[in-house]
Amino acid sequence: MGIFEKAGRAAADCFARICDGFAFIGEAFAAMAWTVFHPLRFRARDCALAFQRAAAGGLPVAIGIGFLLGVILAFQSAAALKMFGVEVYVADMLAIALFRELGPLVTAIVLAGRSGSAFAAEIGTMKVDEELDALSTMGLDPVRFLVMPRVVAATAAMPVLTIFCELAGLAGGALVLDLMGVPPAAYWGHVTGASTVFTISLGLAKSCLFGFLAGLVGCGAGMGTKSTADGVGVAATRAVVGGIVAIAVADGLLAVVCYVWGL
Amino acid sequence: MERETIIELSHVDAGYPGATILKDVSFTVGRGEVFILLGGSGCGKSTIMKHMIGLNPVLSGRLLVAGMEWSGRTRAALCRKIGVMYQSGALFGSMTCLQNVMLPLGEFTRLGRRERVDRAMSLLRDVELEDAADKMPNEISGGMRKRVAIARAMALDPEVVFLDEPSAGLDPITAASLDGLILRLRAGKGMTFVVVTHELASIFKIADRCAMFDKARRGMIALGRPQELRDTSDDAFVRRFFNRGEDGGPDNGKR
Repeated sequence: MGIFEKAGRAAADCFARICDGFAFIGEAFAAMAWTVFHPLRFRARDCALAFQRAAAGGLPVAIGIGFLLGVILAFQSAAALKMFGVEVYVADMLAIALFRELGPLVTAIVLAGRSGSAFAAEIGTMKVDEELDALSTMGLDPVRFLVMPRVVAATAAMPVLTIFCELAGLAGGALVLDLMGVPPAAYWGHVTGASTVFTISLGLAKSCLFGFLAGLVGCGAGMGTKSTADGVGVAATRAVVGGIVAIAVADGLLAVVCYVWGL
Repeated sequence: MERETIIELSHVDAGYPGATILKDVSFTVGRGEVFILLGGSGCGKSTIMKHMIGLNPVLSGRLLVAGMEWSGRTRAALCRKIGVMYQSGALFGSMTCLQNVMLPLGEFTRLGRRERVDRAMSLLRDVELEDAADKMPNEISGGMRKRVAIARAMALDPEVVFLDEPSAGLDPITAASLDGLILRLRAGKGMTFVVVTHELASIFKIADRCAMFDKARRGMIALGRPQELRDTSDDAFVRRFFNRGEDGGPDNGKR
């Protein structure tokens, strides 16, 4: 196969994947609309199970990463602020950065890596084992049956994980500033002063959106699994990479929107 | 006795967009018949079945199941009229065998939980697996998984049950017991079975008629009762297939 033919095939494959992606998004939104009008047919048990795996299973990782993030941020910024004798303002910086931006973003990356790939592997394995075909021939919509519970679970799990990640980050910052001689009361006073309801709400709203994206991309990667030896592995990789890219793009767009609207 | 037609393929081209695998396939399946789709590996028999169960649209021609063509409008009704057992069984790994059989009942009937359990247990009894009701699919053998899949396929009392390679990967005794199960279910419930297989022992035991496909000729090359095809087919390839490579016919092996 010549280089031009290879490039052509790769471009055609890429285009087909993009079309499949849009088709899947359409199906997912149709399934969501269907679920809104038929709430009793929603598979709540599957959703609860996926929520438990995503939230309870991801909690130690989210807390660990959040704590380390707080420690690192506090060290890096305290070194500069100490020169001016205002290292206590690290607390303000940490509160705003964690609640508004880093908490949701880092937690979403954890969720995409952990639960997004798990969703892709589960659904991908089911596809290879013909379980999706079995659902279709039973007249059941695989998107409604498998994707909706997982996407809802990821969307619901994200704010929970984010809150724990943010609190762990603040605890990490408190530890560092305590070592630098800043009294805990002063630190927590600055944290509460800088944490407005709006900042926290914006962060949690973002976390819901990121959870939705991570779940949707993970399930989409699973639904697109090819029946090859490495099909499930490729789907899991695609879930993680696609999820992180989708989250980063969404975060960038939100940053622009917030800037334009002065939020 | 002439059977009422339940499946009709008329000049069907089978395959996927851009890849025609079988051309101009026409046959009918009668109600209550055990009809076999057979041929060598890669000949397109599973592709034809995927068209029949509505997973892929036909490339051209007409395919009717219970008098209806597959479309968005008829899909829900047709899905109620068919049951499918896939080659792997395709049981849902997160559910017990009983829950797998109960799934279509929960989605498509208004039966209460107690009635659904009773109905599913009755189906598992039909396939002699009531003891495995609470087991997960990964705790039972491949043959048992296929039997549970048959029970699930029959949950909504379909008019046609499609079986994709039911004996593949099974030992001869288990395969023979599956054949017996198919014949028992046909006799007891009067269902139509369309079976994809290339196991000759199964074909001679259960088939009323069969359609044979050939990869090289990209089409259907024989249609009829297996014993007749084995003994009297004009096509040497067909005779060789039914005689395990030996040509029992007069033109002695030329294809």
